Order: sequence, then structure tokens, then C-alpha cells
Amino acid sequence: MREHEIKGMVSAHTIIASSIFIATVMPLFFVEHFSVYGTHLTWLYSVSGSVAVVNIIIFWLLGISPPTKKHTLGYKVSRAVRSCLYFVLSCLFFHLVVVLTVHPCSIRCLCVLGPNVQTWIRVFSRDGAMSVWDTSLQITTASSVIGAWLGAFPIPLDWDRPWQVWPISCSLGATFGFLTGLIIAPAWIHWHRKQLTYKSK
Amino acid sequence: MKIRSSVFASLCLVFEIFGIALFLRGFFPAPVKSSFSSKTKISDLPSEPLTGNNPNSSKVPGPLFRRVVIVLIDALREDFIYGPRGRQYMPYTRHLVERGSTLSFVAKAQPPTVTMPRIKALTTGSIPGFIDVVVNLNSPALLEDNLLWQAKAAGKKIIFYGDDTWVRLFPKHFMEYDGTTSFFVSDYTEVDNNVTRHLDSTLKRDDWDILILHYLGLDHIGHLSGPHSSLIGPKLLEMDDVLKKIHSSLISRETEGSLPNLLVLCGDHGMSETGSHGGSSDPETNTPLVLISPAFKRKVGMEKPGTVEQVDLLPTLALSLGLPISQNSVGRLIYPVFEETSLRDQLRFLHLNSYQLSCLLKDSMPTFQKEEGYEQFHMAEKSHGSWMKLYLEGNASEVLSNMGRKVLRQYLDALKAMSSALSRQLGKYDMYSMMAGMILVLQVLLLLLLAMPEALSGAGEVDVPVASALLSLPFYLLCLLSCSIHVLLCTSSENTCYLCDLSWGLVIAAIACSSALFCVLLTLAAKKLAPGTKLNTKTQGASESEFSELDVLLLMGTVGYVISLASSSFIEEEHQTWYFLINTLCLAIFQDVCRKYFREKRGPGDDRAYLPPKGTELGVGSQKWLALATPLLTLACCRLLRSLNQTGIQWAHLPDLSHWLNSWEHKPELSLLAAASLVLIFFLVQRRCSLVSKIALALGLLGVYSYRAAVGNVLFPWQHSSRDISKGTVEARFVYIFVLGILFTGAKDLLRSQVTTSDSQLKSRGLWEAYCGVVLLCSLLFRPHNLPVLACSLLIQTAMDQFIWRELQYDAAQITIMHYWFGQAFFYFQGNSNNIATVDISAGFVGLESYVEIPAVFLTAFSTYTGPLLWACHLVCYLSAAQDSRHAASVGHGCYCFALLRSIPAVAYIILITALRYHLFIWSVFSPKLLYEAMHTLVTTAVCIFFTAMDQSHAGPSYS
Repeated sequence: MREHEIKGMVSAHTIIASSIFIATVMPLFFVEHFSVYGTHLTWLYSVSGSVAVVNIIIFWLLGISPPTKKHTLGYKVSRAVRSCLYFVLSCLFFHLVVVLTVHPCSIRCLCVLGPNVQTWIRVFSRDGAMSVWDTSLQITTASSVIGAWLGAFPIPLDWDRPWQVWPISCSLGATFGFLTGLIIAPAWIHWHRKQLTYKSK
Repeated sequence: MKIRSSVFASLCLVFEIFGIALFLRGFFPAPVKSSFSSKTKISDLPSEPLTGNNPNSSKVPGPLFRRVVIVLIDALREDFIYGPRGRQYMPYTRHLVERGSTLSFVAKAQPPTVTMPRIKALTTGSIPGFIDVVVNLNSPALLEDNLLWQAKAAGKKIIFYGDDTWVRLFPKHFMEYDGTTSFFVSDYTEVDNNVTRHLDSTLKRDDWDILILHYLGLDHIGHLSGPHSSLIGPKLLEMDDVLKKIHSSLISRETEGSLPNLLVLCGDHGMSETGSHGGSSDPETNTPLVLISPAFKRKVGMEKPGTVEQVDLLPTLALSLGLPISQNSVGRLIYPVFEETSLRDQLRFLHLNSYQLSCLLKDSMPTFQKEEGYEQFHMAEKSHGSWMKLYLEGNASEVLSNMGRKVLRQYLDALKAMSSALSRQLGKYDMYSMMAGMILVLQVLLLLLLAMPEALSGAGEVDVPVASALLSLPFYLLCLLSCSIHVLLCTSSENTCYLCDLSWGLVIAAIACSSALFCVLLTLAAKKLAPGTKLNTKTQGASESEFSELDVLLLMGTVGYVISLASSSFIEEEHQTWYFLINTLCLAIFQDVCRKYFREKRGPGDDRAYLPPKGTELGVGSQKWLALATPLLTLACCRLLRSLNQTGIQWAHLPDLSHWLNSWEHKPELSLLAAASLVLIFFLVQRRCSLVSKIALALGLLGVYSYRAAVGNVLFPWQHSSRDISKGTVEARFVYIFVLGILFTGAKDLLRSQVTTSDSQLKSRGLWEAYCGVVLLCSLLFRPHNLPVLACSLLIQTAMDQFIWRELQYDAAQITIMHYWFGQAFFYFQGNSNNIATVDISAGFVGLESYVEIPAVFLTAFSTYTGPLLWACHLVCYLSAAQDSRHAASVGHGCYCFALLRSIPAVAYIILITALRYHLFIWSVFSPKLLYEAMHTLVTTAVCIFFTAMDQSHAGPSYS
């Protein structure tokens, strides 16, 4: 079971990572004068948009979202509204905290955890993970936050490089952190699969 | 010998101070000075070189100019004249530069670009050492050989109007003078009118030879609103008018047959893009130098001005006035000035200048014979002699003039080489003193680190094996070895060493001290290793697993900060490091709070510690939300404060709130903000004071506001007529009385708690009152736009204290590190940087009629280090309150951590700066930071001694 899940995760992560690459390369054909530094915001939107879409599709296909019991229309609508609300809130929070790139992360969290504050807090405290997906979520989120954090380091240096401006280095750091997280997460889980024990709710 | 960890930490810091002082003495080179203390006389001058044995003339060529007017405009940047703004605002001067008979140059000022060292450089021709900045506050009479002394000795009459630094530097040199104080930076019209009002009458008179005018207004405008302010234009136009007036007057009084007059326009230093100065960036060092005289050739168009050194003006002026060049001058004459004289005179001038430089070279360099410039000078002198022989024989052929030109070139080369050799000499370090200081400091740091487990143990006591170390054989051997090394170094070295100049008694004491430290270190290290590594790894493993994210962050932050010191950009932008660390810290605390309040309670038993404390008066719910809001509130405060004062180098020119508030039209806003901050300060501080202190505090804060109103910074609501700006001495002294009163009440409570009763409540109240006094003094010294910094700092302290630190039960070490970080961040929030120029000297004059050295230095240091001091005071209050309730030795732990936190960067920085001593930015970036580090260590030592006193008063009754 565990092996199966890890394999699924590896492929899912590969798809997400390649979507980032595609989102970086594709706009070259559609947008005039596209470059990562020059039109940074465009790049950022394209990357986060593609990652968000890919995430939603993958998790919908894999069916990892929390099980829903009632299927009334009203419940679904309220759920959707609440999801949006949480998404905006979490983006805002992450923006305040680090930078706006982390929101590929937050949409991922939303896909896995659903709109429930208690679950969010549980996963982001130290040992609250309840499945392989929770662990991978922890790892990718942490690595993107750390990446963005590290990305702020070279800003004060006087090298006069184009990427040494505030959001660019941070968002690049976060993107690289996210990519590293995607790679590390399955490997780490594979390595520690014996030690990992998950309690059911 | 068993001592408490607070005593141990204080002792270590005291040793460290000695080590740093020694290092500083070695690092800042003594300025190049000739060994004679006397001044050059005309009769000392060498005679004109001549081969053959005819008696040659020792006459100095006569003066080239009759009268000299020097117009020195403070902070005149090169582009104010040569740039596009010069064309717009200084039309007359610009016209002269382009079409008149003038010579124009860009004169490079040496850092530190501060007024007093620059005046010294202009009048003595020497380059004052960096350490001169530190004594810039106090300017006693200049005793060195200087131009004004020489002029006075030659019977010239000097008149001076302007900055009174000159009057203090040259007492009794001026026939007539009117000094203007430069304390009131907000005044930029009166200071200049004071100078200009004398101009008409003086220019009409004929009884003077040299007129010096020093205009301060431009510098004040720069400090107020920067080089792009709208005030700059009118000021430059005013200066242009002054120049026009002087120039036309000089021309109209020019008489046929007599010598021409000279008008010199120069700046002492420039200004950076923020309007400050002190560093070594191009806008700060490049000043214009325009020499205007009918003696020069008329220009035909704008040429690119050549570059000279600022010190070159001195030999030029001295020679063209027929005066001897000052002994310590390292400048070389500006050749174009002398181009119109005869070849014989030109060679003579060059000879005099090179002779003076060669004398200085001989005195300041033991290996002067090997210097290229010195050899060139002798060559030139020889060929000069043979040229003279031919010349006196009446030879007037082409050969003679060709040979003359060759001699001239030789002289110019020699001058250049000698001048640069002398400037290089300034960068020589006294390596022996530096090394000795470094070894001492390093030993202290290792001692602190080795004692860590004991110092942070529950007992809080450190066993320092002094007796066994003093009686051991290695101690004596080490003493002997060091003594022999000392003798060897002192006899062999060519440079002067500070340590070698010391008396033997002191040296032996220092050597014994250092050796004893080394032996203690060895003993401690041996003790640590002796029980075997098994136990060691076990404890280490245990402690490692206990590390929380917060611990990792605190450790990483400290280590990362120390590493960042190696980069000049990170030093320039150090505030960014601290803001970054503070933000991260707030996030980590936020995470901790979340975990405490939202964690599902299951799993291992250690969760019991996280249960909310029972019996709090606030409901658990509101407590929870307040705790959650505190880090966010802190983050918001930090963001606001960040935009209050832009500091550093790269982004310092960006507009910030303080500029906005300080501009004239926003005075009501500033007043409102200051008043609101003072009210907030009162409410945050008064809650734990006795009634008397509360009233005193309220009155004191009212006094602060009325002081600011009297000085003219803020408005009184009921006073609409513009009152005269006074110094506000009465109001400030009124506040000082309350500060002393509150401090006295606090001290009385502390003493009573110590002597009569061991009442912990009395003690904490006493401490809080002392803290109150410090806050009141800060609010008096801070400029009004900085009062929000103080208010925010108190707000953060209160919130953290109430909702975070007490609830989350952090240990003393964690609390100390957080306080230290916040203290550092607030140091930068209040507008400081690692540049000397940002030190707010005006704080030193609050409540004083005139400059009094000791209080002024104390007040300036206090207001500069307010942030760290305030947080350290809060730490003492917090820890001693915690000591009574939970941990017995928390004050000792706090003191030890504080000392360690200061020692690690200080020692690392000393090692780094030794390694980087030939770095390009050593004088502009690294050495000011070294001064800051040294000063900070001194402040920390004072704080730690206070800590120790508090620890003492607690430990006293418990032992009896």
C-alpha cells in the first residue's frame, strides 16, 4: 500500500514540476518580451496558475480530498465559497509572511486538507501528519518557505544583478524550494517508511 | 575559585574591553607627523641648489598674490558648480569657470568627510587620522604647524567669519572674527546672514591680507532635506551673489603695479544622496575648487576640471603667499597656478615643496632611502643645480629651456611619488598591538564558551581554577616566553609599536594576565575532556533532541549574523539583517503560540506542560487571541518603524517618514505624533510605578514636550504666534531633575529591598522605576520624529511580556537572545547605521548652554545606544521578576548570555578585520563598524555590571 502511494506521489510530483517548467517556457511563444526578470509578475502568475490547475486536477483524479458525506447542492455551494475564502485568506497570510509565490503551496494544501481549520493546524504542528500526503505537504511547504526565506539573503549585496530586487529573489527562492520539496518528499518518505506510523482519526 | 556566572561574565567583558582597546590602538595608525614639534621658519628653508661653489641665494620667491579671500561653503558638492545645477543656480560662478581667468579643479577630500578633520586638512595639509572623528565633538586649539600660524608669523592680518570651529582651532590668530555655532541644524538662513552682514564693510577696508568665510547654510539644508531639496537652489543663488560681490570688489580695488588678488572657492566635503556626509562615496568626497585671479589665463570655454587632492591646496597657497609650507603637509602644489611665473621661480617652488616632503618622509619612514620618490628628488635636485649654473652663466639657448622642462618633470614625478608614499604610510598598522589585543580577546571568548555548561547550570556558578593556574609551571614558562618574544619584537621591528613604548611594569602585568588566562583555559579544557567522551556525547545527544525550531532559529541567526560581518554590503545594510531576523523570530513565536493553544492533546505525556495556566484573571479565550495577536502586532510595528528612518547606504536616499515629518509644512502632524507617543509612553510605563514616580513621570514627559516646543521642533496648541527659538535649557533641566528624581526613588527602593527586607516586590518596583527613569531620559534625547520608536518598543515589550514570554515559559537564554535581537533592531529603527555620519550629535547639547565634554559624550552615547540599552534594562526587570518566581539563577544566566552574545560578534569581527585590513573599503565601511562594535561592547559591559549588582542583591540574603 505504502509503496503504491509513494509511486503515485512521485508521478504526481513529476507532473507538477514539469508544469512549472512548461509554465516558464510556454509564455515565450505567446507574450512579447517575456523574461523571468523583466516581466516577473507575468511569469509568477503563469507558474502559480499552472501549478494550481495541475494540482486540482491531480488531486481530483487521485481522490485524496477528505471524504464528503452529504451531497446536497447547498452544502456544495457553501463548501465552494468557504474554499475560496480560505484560499484568499491563506494567500493573504502567506503574502504577509513571505511572498505571493507560496500560493501554489496553499492551493495544494487546500486540495489535500479541505476547508477545515483544525486540520490545517494539525498538519502544520510538528507531528500531526496522518497520511503520506500530509507528510509530503509538510515537506514541500516547509521547503518553499525556507526557499523564500533564503531568497531574501542576497538582496543587500551590491552586485547590481537584475534579480536582486525584492520579490524576484524571494519568489525564485520559493520556486526552487518548492521544486526541491517535490523531489525530497517522496525520497524522504521512502527512506523513512519504516519509522512513519500514521494514526487514523 | 567559584564565582557566580554574572560576575564571571562581567569580568570576562572587562578583560575583553582591554583587549579591544589595545587592538584599536594598533589598528588606527597614528597620523604622519614630523618629529619636530616646532614650526617651520623661513630661515630653515633650503637654499636654491647650485653646482659649483658660488654662494647661492636662499631667498624664497616673493608672493604671487596680494590678498586672498577664501570662501568655504560647507558641503559644497562638485556638481553644484560643474553640473547642470551649477549653470542654473550659480550663473556668475559658472560664467567665471567657463570664460573668466580662473583655474577649476575637483578636489578630493579624504574620508572621514566631516567638517573638523577637513578644516585641519585644509590648513595643515596633513590627513587627519580616522580617530579624529571621535574627537570631532571636542576641538581644542590646533597646535600643529599650519597656514594660519605661518601667515600670522609673517605679519599678515587675517579676518574670519563663519563656523566657530575655526575660532576654537585657531584662537588669537584672527584680527577680527565672528563665529557662528552649527548646533541648530534647522537654521539655514541666520547662519549665513551672520557671515554676509560683515562683508560690505570688510571689503571696503584695506587693512587685511587674508579673509576667510565659512558658510554653513548649505550643509544644514543637506542634513534637513537632502541634496535635491527645493531649498538648495535659492541657497546656491545666495552664494553666487556673495561670490559676485567679493569678486567685483576685488577687481575694482585691483591697482596697477601691485600684485593681483586671489579668490578661492572651495568646499570642505560634499554630501551624499541623503544629505549626510562622513563616508567615502564620490558625492561626499568630490568638492569643487575654483581659483579666481587676474593672474591666470582667461578661459575660452568649459573644460573638464582636473582632479587634485584637497590637501594640495595648502602648499599652493603657502608658496603663492611666500610662506613656508607646514611641516606635516603631504600635499603637492597645484602646478597650473605657477605656470605663469618664470622657469627659475617654478623650479624653486617645486624644489621647496619636494624638500618639505622629503623631510617629512625622512621623519616618518625608517626606510626612506629606498623610496622611489626620495631618489627622484635627489636626482632632480642635482640636475636643478646644474641648470642653475648654466642659467647664471647667462646661457639662454633652447638647450637651457629644454633642460629646465626636464628638471620640472623630474620634480613633479618626485612630488607625486613622495606624496603617495606618505599617504600609504597612513595605512600602516601596528601589527604587534593588534595581535596582542586579538589574542587576549580570543582567550576571553574561549573561556566564556568553555564555561557554558557550568554557567547555564541550575546553580549558575563557574569554577575558575585561578589559583592552580597561577601556581603551575606552564604559567611561569609562558610568562618567560612572552617576555622574550616581546623583547625580540621590540628590538627588531622598525615601526613604532604602542606596546614597546609602554613601561615595563605595565607590559609585565599584561603578559602575566594573558598567560594566566591561557593557563586557566588549558585547565578548563583539560577538565572538560578528562571524564571521557562517553558522558559528553550522551549529554549532547540528549540536548540535541530537545532543540525546538525556535532554538534552531536563534542559533542559526546568531551564527549567520557573525558570518555576514565578512561582507561589506552586509555591514552597510546591517539593519536589513536584523529586520529579517526579527520578522523570522516573530513568525517562530507565532508558530509556538499556535501550537500551544491549538494543539490537540494526545500522545506523549510532555503535553502536560502546554496546558494553559489556571487561575488567570483573563479568560483563556481572550488570552489566546491576545497571544496570537502579539506577534502580528510586533510585525506591524516593525513594518511601520522600518519606513520611519531609511538607513544604510543603498536605499538611504529613498524618501522616508522622518523626512516627511521634519519638513516645515508638516509641523502639526509631527506635533500630534510626538504628543500621542508621549501619552502612549506614559500609559505603558506607569503601571508598575509608585504614585510619586507616576506624577514625576507625567510631569517629566510634559517637560519633554515643552522642551521640543521651545527648541522649535513642535507646536504648542495654544500658542499661535511664532516665538523665538531658544536653546530650551530651562525645560531640559526641568526634565533632568525628574529623571534624577525617579532614578533616585528606584535606587532607594532597591537599597531598601536589599538591606532591610528581602521583599521581592519592593525590588521589582525599584527596578521598574529605574527603567522608568531611563525611558524618560530617552524621550528627552530622542528627536520628536523618533518618539514613535520609543513608544513602539515599549508596546512590544509590554505585549510580549504579558502574553508571550510569561505564558510560553521560555528559559533565560532564549529570552536574552530575543531581547538582544530586538535591541539591535531598535538600534537601527532609530536611524542609526554603521556609518559615523548618522550619530546624532545634537543629543549631546540637550540642556547645556555650551559644549561640556563629559556630559555631551555621555548623552550622545546614550541616545545612540538607546535601543540596546532599553531592551537590556527590560531584560533585567523581566529576569529578576522571573527569578523570584521560578528559576533561582535566571539573572546570572541572562547576564552570561548577554556577554556571550556580544563577545562572539566582537571577537569574530576583530579577526575578520585583521584579515581584511587591505580591503578596499577598510576605511569607509569596516573601520567605522569597528568603532561601533567597540562602543557597543563598552555599553554591554556597563549593562552586565548592572546585572551583576542586581544578582548580588538577590543572592545576598539567600546566603545569609
